[in-house]
Amino acid sequence: MKYEPVIGLEVHAELLTESKIFCGCSTKFGAPPNHNTCPVCVALPGVLPVLNRRVVDYAIRLGLATHCTVAPSSRWARKNYFYPDLPKGYQISQYELPICTEGYVDVKLDGESKRVRLTRIHMEEDTGKNIHDAHSDASLVDFNRCGVPLLEIVSEPDIRSPEEASAYLRALRAILQYLEVCDGNMEEGSFRCDANVSIRPVGATELGTKVEIKNMNSFRNVERAIAYEIERQAETLDAGGRLVQETRLWDPDREVTRSMRSKESAHDYRYFPEPDLLPLEVGPEWIAEVRAALPELPAERGERFVREHGLPAYDAEVLTARKDVADYFEEALRAHGNAKSISNWVMGEILRLIRERRLDDALVIRDWPVAPAALAALVKLIDDGTISGKIAKTVFEEMLASGAAPEAIVREKGLTQVSDDGPILAAIDQVLAANPDKVAEYRGGKDKLMGFFVGQVMKGTGGKANPGKVNELLKARLSG
Amino acid sequence: MSDLHRLTIAQAGERLARGDLSARELTDATLARIAATEPAVHSFITVTADLAREQADAADARRRRGEALGPLDGIPLAIKDVIHVRGVRSTAGSQILGDFIAPFDATVSARLRAAGAVCVGKANCDEFAMGSSTENSSFGASRNPWDLERVPGGSSGGSASAVAACQALGSLGTDTGGSIRQPAGCCGVVGLKPTYGRVSRYGVIAYASSLDQVGPLARTVDDCATLLQVLAGHDPADSTSSRHPVPDYRALLRRDVRGLRLALPREYFTEGMQPEVEQSVRTAVRQLESLGARVEEVSLPHSKYAIAAYYLIATAEASSNLARYDGVRYGARETDAANLLEMYRKTRDHGFGAEVKRRIMLGTYALSAGYYDAYYLKAQRVRTLIRHDFMEVFATHDAIVTPTAPSTAFRLGEKTADPLQMYLSDIFTISVNLAGLPGLVVPCGLDASGLPVGLQIVTRPFEEETALQLGHAYEQATDWHRRVPTGIAA
Amino acid sequence: MLARLELTAAEEDSLAHQLGDILAYIETLQEVDTSDVPPTAHVVDSENLLREDRVTNAPQVEAMLANAPERDDHHFKVPRIIE
Repeated sequence: MKYEPVIGLEVHAELLTESKIFCGCSTKFGAPPNHNTCPVCVALPGVLPVLNRRVVDYAIRLGLATHCTVAPSSRWARKNYFYPDLPKGYQISQYELPICTEGYVDVKLDGESKRVRLTRIHMEEDTGKNIHDAHSDASLVDFNRCGVPLLEIVSEPDIRSPEEASAYLRALRAILQYLEVCDGNMEEGSFRCDANVSIRPVGATELGTKVEIKNMNSFRNVERAIAYEIERQAETLDAGGRLVQETRLWDPDREVTRSMRSKESAHDYRYFPEPDLLPLEVGPEWIAEVRAALPELPAERGERFVREHGLPAYDAEVLTARKDVADYFEEALRAHGNAKSISNWVMGEILRLIRERRLDDALVIRDWPVAPAALAALVKLIDDGTISGKIAKTVFEEMLASGAAPEAIVREKGLTQVSDDGPILAAIDQVLAANPDKVAEYRGGKDKLMGFFVGQVMKGTGGKANPGKVNELLKARLSG
Repeated sequence: MSDLHRLTIAQAGERLARGDLSARELTDATLARIAATEPAVHSFITVTADLAREQADAADARRRRGEALGPLDGIPLAIKDVIHVRGVRSTAGSQILGDFIAPFDATVSARLRAAGAVCVGKANCDEFAMGSSTENSSFGASRNPWDLERVPGGSSGGSASAVAACQALGSLGTDTGGSIRQPAGCCGVVGLKPTYGRVSRYGVIAYASSLDQVGPLARTVDDCATLLQVLAGHDPADSTSSRHPVPDYRALLRRDVRGLRLALPREYFTEGMQPEVEQSVRTAVRQLESLGARVEEVSLPHSKYAIAAYYLIATAEASSNLARYDGVRYGARETDAANLLEMYRKTRDHGFGAEVKRRIMLGTYALSAGYYDAYYLKAQRVRTLIRHDFMEVFATHDAIVTPTAPSTAFRLGEKTADPLQMYLSDIFTISVNLAGLPGLVVPCGLDASGLPVGLQIVTRPFEEETALQLGHAYEQATDWHRRVPTGIAA
Repeated sequence: MLARLELTAAEEDSLAHQLGDILAYIETLQEVDTSDVPPTAHVVDSENLLREDRVTNAPQVEAMLANAPERDDHHFKVPRIIE
């Protein structure tokens, strides 16, 4: 039986605000345990929440960037359950009227564009952290993270493969990073993803039994977990079994999903409107303010690259997929204006190195193998005829190895391209004199021999002759 | 024993200003009164004698420097034990908080501190403010100074008995379903529940968040106005606190009540009311008429649904507000527990009393899947109708006047067997919380057993001054406020 | 269970009975026609009360841990959680 996977993703993004969502504690990561706490986030008796305006700004920013409807009035709700990392015994979240609804993210995969719709985006507070005490059976609780603002982004079940899922996550993360609202660090937990996976016979319209997958802490794990789960579900159904609607955890060591034994999975959260917070009113002025301050989004930036820098759409897309790469490109371009050349080098050599050296695992690449200004200088040397494109590759390798500037490398290694007629003609005459029979054959009509002559002249000049000049002068000599 | 403890805030303020009384003398007299009467009345869970003397001395020092802070400087007050006073134990009348010491002041406590007030102790109350008699306090019930076999009302019973017994010149209580007004009525003192949002709830142990308000109790309306002046106003730490401007309540107190239009809701004069209560209230109304107010009968048609709506909304919110009492971060923890779940359950079972458990269960039920619409949501809709009833009346009337409770103070143990009966005694106060309106209670009579009857005056949102004005006019034309409780020595 | 209360059998009996009475009383609400009546979640009208995004709290670990029933250095300590 052929099945179609139906996947929806829920992302929790920690926001880059200075202070927590409902109190004035710092959100800075890495503080000693319970150092970023106060009566409000530790839930002492008698405390009350007060909303951080910037959290709303960021929610509106993301909503606008993903083409959502921003609700003029949204509500806070209490989600009630008991757990030590949830000090109030409830989480303040949004339930019935979230701040954003009905948006989309366009995802590029294998040259195709796929629109993944967003059901909703809402604001909520993060919980604290339980750690197992090394010395006993006890648990230790740290509330530093409790109250850090989160945006929960829920997609429609529009995703159809593990690859599409990770492409969607990359696209969403790029947007969040571009907007500077979240640093998108999956390993550190500032960007978390849960998946809802079901399958159905190809052609069917009804949804199959939905299984929630948690504990995927990297894009690779998301792909593997979803792939595993699809297979597990298919095997179960093919063998005549039935699927249970449940929550399963991804085990990255054993590479399987495993059912959560706890009966807590069947929660009744008893949602009700949060009485301590009034409905949030977001008027058109507020939205206009946020819209005006929106940083340039990947799609817009790509369009601008096409318009202003005359790049092909493909180049623009590749360059703007990551903000730091797009920034690199534009910085190099400021030093030397050959957009297409610089684009080729970035798309070719620079991105290759980034991937090889796993530098793209970082959310923002800071240590480039070659600085943008240096790359620009290299391209300038090609453009002004100092070196050939071929020699440039050699120079580039040396720049990587030694970190030296391209001009210095060219000088030291004497790689300057020879473009003067004199030395080239001398080399040409040498070659022609050494190969009279071939000259005759060429003059007799064997045009292909031009390549041989060019090669010989290049050899004779130690590769430094300007190839264009060589061709030009050879042709002249041979026809003359 | 001197009579200093019998002074009103206004009288004490005058004498302190004149210099023929020191704050320390006043506080010492108050503390002596507490020592003499506490065994009988039990208004307090914690008496803060050292703190009080320290604060009194500081008040005197300020006065000597010519830096007196205002009408509350050096005035001894009792604070209901759900309101945090920094450095002092807060219990909410419960065992579950253990020896919790408040690390911060409630906003209202900070305002009192800044006004120079003296805190003589934390007043007894029903556990987590749930009750109408203080019989639900895990520290034992307080007694009514008019008859020690009777309840002082609740949940702010200790706040009311402290004022009535002259153990403090004024006190703070909280009111969620009548918990300031009903005890004020039972104890023959003045009590005010402000408009919801008028006074900050920050630092007040929450019972029902959309209903709770902090308010003053005192022996005169003027004193209540003085206290309200310091308490009222926007608090950035409370997202439900209003920015509505705060008038000068004392300045507006003495306005003529001539021409004010009073409404008497027929649903509040029902069968089953103690006849003397109705008589006292109607006599009071006639008194107000003789002062120039106009009186008309009106209807608040959804009144009979108020208790049911309240006991769904309040318990739902409470079930959530009390989830934090889990033994993890503070309070009494059950140590004989094999795992976390057992710890939660034992801690809460041993730490909470029966009424609190009842309300948590009821509230949990009201919010649970499948029942939310029929219970919680339905109650919220009925709340809209109840508020609408009031606002309709206020379109044509300036104040609604009612009895405070169907009967005077009942005996200890009389209603504890049947929780529902206890709930029904809130019938005249509860709608006011649902509608978020201000309500003032002033003493308006004594029944044949010598027990006080309270008159309730309800006004439009943020129009406390109208209720105070009416209360003051009535008070000045009568002498109920000068009567002394007969259950204890004067 | 949802309320995390452990009751004795006697408590359960008495509670069930009392709750039964209370719930029966509450049924009277069903008499009221509330179709088209919006629920009241808040009785105060205010514009948004928001704070600026600034760190206004200094670390106060000891104060926050002062009332802790059990602690391990700067952590709160609880019995083991059975998943």
